[in-house]
Amino acid sequence: MSELKLAAMVENLEPLTAFIDEQLEAHNCSMKARTQLDIAIDELFTNIARYAYGTETGEAVVSVEFPDGFAEITFRDWGTPYNPLEHEDPDVTLSAEERGIGGLGIFIVKKTMDAVSYRYENGQNVLTIRRKL
Amino acid sequence: MALLIDMKRNGDSLTVSPEGRLDTSTAPNLDAQLRPVLSEGVKNLEIDLKALDYISSAGLRLLLSVQKIMSAQGNMVVRNVNESVMEVFQITGFTNLLTIE
Repeated sequence: MSELKLAAMVENLEPLTAFIDEQLEAHNCSMKARTQLDIAIDELFTNIARYAYGTETGEAVVSVEFPDGFAEITFRDWGTPYNPLEHEDPDVTLSAEERGIGGLGIFIVKKTMDAVSYRYENGQNVLTIRRKL
Repeated sequence: MALLIDMKRNGDSLTVSPEGRLDTSTAPNLDAQLRPVLSEGVKNLEIDLKALDYISSAGLRLLLSVQKIMSAQGNMVVRNVNESVMEVFQITGFTNLLTIE
């Protein structure tokens, strides 16, 4: 297992993605899975950076494992308890004028990953995504 | 993970070709470059996505707000969408919001 601890700031999305991509390449991840995982990292890490710690900056730890031909990435933060999977799915049939802007990111993650799970333990938000390599 | 932005203006038409990744890191940059140009009388906007590797929800929100601007002042088409970008458009219903050619 490899992990990266970093300040939960949008500016750190680039180094985080580079770190994960390096691991995915080393495990011969398909281009499609890598693209979907990169998008998921954007959505999930950005959520933590924007909302977990309010106006303060806290830390996040992102770890990656490769069990049984899957990539499994876990995001941990010590911020406000929040389960993004409970966010109501957006109505994707609405017109441009009726569309709100919320909820699209987590919706994309749910639709492209093989599994997404959330738990709150030891004062941490723990969100895990799993995608076949 | 940069985004290169190529813009070509021809009268009241504008072609924008972003190259790379349209995500949380890069969407604000495209937004800042595109908005002032659109307000200078652009009636036909073409967004050419042939060199776009992927798009996240930050990119979708930008496309939605640009679509709203263009619906009010002219029209907008999106061209040359690759498979991974198209998949995100389909999941989120953006295939119905945008004119994709």
